[in-house]
Amino acid sequence: MYVAVKGGEAAIANAHRLLADRRRGDRSLPAISIDQIVAQLGLAVDRVMAEASLYDRALAALAVRQARGDMIEAIFILRAYRTTLPRFGSSVPVDTATMRIERRVSATYKDLPGGQLLGPTFDYTHRLLDPSLLSDEAVDVPAEKEPLTEPVMRVSDILAGEGLIEEDGLLPQDHVPGDLTREPLEFPLQRDLRLQALARGDEGFLLSLAYSTQRGYARTHPFVGEVRIGEVEVELDLPELGFAVSLGRIQVTECQMVNQFKGSAKSPPQFTRGYGLVFGQSERKAMAMSLVDRALRAEEFGEDIVAPAQDEEFVISHSDNVQATGFVEHLKLPHYVDFQAELDLIRRMRAEYEKKQAGDDLREAAE
Amino acid sequence: MDSKEQVHTARKRSIGLLAKATRQELEAAYGAIDGAPAHDVVRGPETGLVMVRGRIGGGGEAFNLGEATVSRATIQLSSGEVGHGQVLGTDGRKALLAALFDALGQAEGYASSVAAFVEGIAARIAAEDLKRAEQTAATRVDFFTMVRGDD
Repeated sequence: MYVAVKGGEAAIANAHRLLADRRRGDRSLPAISIDQIVAQLGLAVDRVMAEASLYDRALAALAVRQARGDMIEAIFILRAYRTTLPRFGSSVPVDTATMRIERRVSATYKDLPGGQLLGPTFDYTHRLLDPSLLSDEAVDVPAEKEPLTEPVMRVSDILAGEGLIEEDGLLPQDHVPGDLTREPLEFPLQRDLRLQALARGDEGFLLSLAYSTQRGYARTHPFVGEVRIGEVEVELDLPELGFAVSLGRIQVTECQMVNQFKGSAKSPPQFTRGYGLVFGQSERKAMAMSLVDRALRAEEFGEDIVAPAQDEEFVISHSDNVQATGFVEHLKLPHYVDFQAELDLIRRMRAEYEKKQAGDDLREAAE
Repeated sequence: MDSKEQVHTARKRSIGLLAKATRQELEAAYGAIDGAPAHDVVRGPETGLVMVRGRIGGGGEAFNLGEATVSRATIQLSSGEVGHGQVLGTDGRKALLAALFDALGQAEGYASSVAAFVEGIAARIAAEDLKRAEQTAATRVDFFTMVRGDD
């Protein structure tokens, strides 16, 4: 039951004033700038963009600052902002094959066209705290080397040459990509809608689900065919001109997970794939997404649905951290009247229980 | 005389490069134009969203990846040419300047200086891309065989 009450205006105003003070912190320290957050906490900014489902580094950095570094709060703020803007249209699908590669690794082929390009990775670091970062020590400029001229071929195309891997995901022709921001989800979903949900899904939730598939809860037998990070052009059709124009570039991370499949009556034994595509540099998220994408295709391949990661309704309904935090955190808002009703009920039940107990005791004494 | 298609290709390229120009580059180049013609703002500048699409598996059916902020503007020069500016981000002024250059690029007397400006942006981006590619290339793994097991 909801009952309107008033009160707390002054307390709320003062609480927000206190929040602003704590956010600013020690005034003797310089305030952190949006440019600094974009430049030096870039992966936090990327995560906020990915899960807010809005690509804008400056706004994501503003959200991080406003949220005092609370990622889900920042994601929430950026999500809320996007609802204030009109939509101009949908882009031409980005072409990850022509990505300007900053990192590309494959766990399935050692020598592949384009090579293994490590890029700016945490891999192979020792994960030891680096005291040099306590101060502002000068950093070496990156090494440089002549780039290869050969194209950085997609690993799925290498396997496709032999016909040993399923094709890129096809849906019926003239299928219009579903958009969960416009229409409520109705299960079962098609793969395009699942991928949209996963792309904005919580990294931690998807990571845990992906991990569960590795531990035997829906085995996916995965290999990282390829992870690539880099910039792609975003093109929009301009009806005024009759052709598509570039709006600029965005950075994305793509993961092609290659999985075993023994084949079925309809298809020969071949590798199947899970796909991950995420805004910014978000390798862990792209990998987790591709594992969960593959697990959710169980029905398509006639696999038994036995594990949480294969349960589409469970996964997609709980992957959005803004929805999740909204429902969990609403519990702290006043429930005074609900609770009073419950309290009355418990008191009545207790009184009846005690009356019955007393009656039983009397009967026992009489016997 | 250029074919219609060549004109399209050139304008598409120019618009794409104007979208990648920085606000500073656009302001400086606009300030440097001697007697820029008057213009009317037909639309915007306004900020909105474009739903960025990807493809399932990289090359399959389209799906909605997430949105990006985009600012756009349309202007018309007093001489009649219409220009469209559309750029990622929330900088409406940048979209307006891009639209102005798109229109000026079609206007007699300005087309060559706009082309020179756009080529300058192209060169700056190509240099940055090359630098990044060289830095990435330095992280390419060169495998070498330590022990062969077959002899």
